[in-house]
Amino acid sequence: MTQPGIASPHAASGSSRTRVRKILSSLFVGFCALCVLVALVPLALVLFFVISQGIRSLNFDFFTHMPTPVGEPGGGMANAIVGTLMLTGLGSLLAIPIGIVSGVYMSEYAGSRLASLGRFAADTLNGVPSIVIGVFAYGIAVLPFKQFSALAGGLALGIMMIPIIARTTEELLLLVPNSMREGALALGATRARAVFSVVLPAALPGIITGIVLSLARIAGETAPLLFTAFNNRFFTTSLRQPIGSLTVQIYTYAISPYEDWHRQAWAGALVLVMIVLVCSLLARFATRKLERLAS
Amino acid sequence: MGTGAFALALVLIVVAIGFELSRQSMLSIQKFGLNFWRTQTWDPVAGEFGALPFIWGTLYSSILALLIATPVALGIAVFISELAPARLRQPLVFLTELLAAIPSIVYGLWGIFVLVPAVRALEVAAPGWMRQLPLFSGPPLGVGMLSAGLILAIMVVPFTSSVAREVLKSVPLSQREGAYALGATRFEAIRAALYYARTGIIGAIMLGFGRALGETMAVTMVIGNSPKISASLFAPQYTMAAVLANEFTEAADDLYLAALVEIGLVLFIITLIVNSLSRLLIWSMARQPKAVGAATAAVPAVESAA
Repeated sequence: MTQPGIASPHAASGSSRTRVRKILSSLFVGFCALCVLVALVPLALVLFFVISQGIRSLNFDFFTHMPTPVGEPGGGMANAIVGTLMLTGLGSLLAIPIGIVSGVYMSEYAGSRLASLGRFAADTLNGVPSIVIGVFAYGIAVLPFKQFSALAGGLALGIMMIPIIARTTEELLLLVPNSMREGALALGATRARAVFSVVLPAALPGIITGIVLSLARIAGETAPLLFTAFNNRFFTTSLRQPIGSLTVQIYTYAISPYEDWHRQAWAGALVLVMIVLVCSLLARFATRKLERLAS
Repeated sequence: MGTGAFALALVLIVVAIGFELSRQSMLSIQKFGLNFWRTQTWDPVAGEFGALPFIWGTLYSSILALLIATPVALGIAVFISELAPARLRQPLVFLTELLAAIPSIVYGLWGIFVLVPAVRALEVAAPGWMRQLPLFSGPPLGVGMLSAGLILAIMVVPFTSSVAREVLKSVPLSQREGAYALGATRFEAIRAALYYARTGIIGAIMLGFGRALGETMAVTMVIGNSPKISASLFAPQYTMAAVLANEFTEAADDLYLAALVEIGLVLFIITLIVNSLSRLLIWSMARQPKAVGAATAAVPAVESAA
């Protein structure tokens, strides 16, 4: 919102006070531009190191081989990749139904007390540190069974996904034109029918975008898995056993003293960043398309 | 409809977290009471648990991050919403959001191998008289409060700036136009908009603070994990989230576990308060009565004025 036309009258007055104010103004504009650069530098540095370090160790084996013992070069993270897929899958199973349906409620009954309470709960849950969610999942899904498990990890990730999906669903449903809902009701549909057969499908592409974004975010979580899914250097698909994940594996490797493992950690980080990048770009592309369709 | 049950489930999850954490930490709460938060000895072997160093580390690192991140985040928000050419806006928004999307563990990895060595070099290069000050005392290890504050700041900037941007968007254009009509420079007009949006801006800053308090992996990997209270930026310290990440699976006895869960409980309560307060501020800002020519009309109005 630059307003050269409005600000230009200053050019006429040349008193020293005006000059100081104008210099101050330019300094401020410069400061703001500098802030953007300051924030982009770490982004560029992180991406540069992840890509340059990661690409050296990333190969086909990374995706298909198991971790090797210390000192033995090569190997991969096949087990951790399968683990991450399973854990995010389990989380989605829990979060997608709860998230979407509670989102529907919050938009359909937007004015009700329960809806505002639900909204508050979703925002609160969104702000709870992920490590605290991990402690909670440990208390209800690990301690009673005395066993770290994929199920506990999936539960922790699911709890983190619910508020994101709920809020996205709610916001997108509110964007659907009221006339569509009214049309369905006028044809004699029940309220539930109108929502689930007409309104929800109209918002579905956007909701799927939201789910993809939440998946990308959840796949990068480490803290809630540390003491729920724990870690596993072996291949497993059992829900009741501890299971490895990309993030926990990266963590273990990063704090180890071995060069080989550091390289593996960078490769894992590159895979994670690629997942995030691809998901964000897809989501951005999809929302653009939606916006164009809507207008 | 039955959908209300699902909304209720959301509420119940939050309640269940509070309940479960209280239940699991009962042993420690009963045994230590308030002394848990007043004493500094953390010795699991001897059964002595004082959590003051963790609270200190969490607050110190988060406030440090806030001091670094806030001016930068507000500068970005102003630049994107008020100054940048329209063509630059979307790409800049995308890039700052990317900064928020990079997983914590990736920042941690980068922190260990890139940021910490750089900070160490900086610390080694610090002049002698500076090292005499309590703020810069101790050996130049690289890992420590300065690295933690820096990495937290990087992670908090996108959150604060995106909320601040939304808040600035809700400032009626008439506020800026009024300032320009009185002969304000661009800086003075934006200052007027910022002043108008002050409640929401404070909310945005607090939201970033809430994020910093609970951030775990990246901090754990660079702060040095030493439960000693120090004012020095160079000293390795510890945070509440980091001690949970490091020691939870090692908690051999019930009391140790309860003490750790109590740290989790307090972290939960603190972030709950900070986040609720920030939401309240942002929400009250969004609810303000809109003046003529409110945010929705902003862009076309500017273009016709210019």
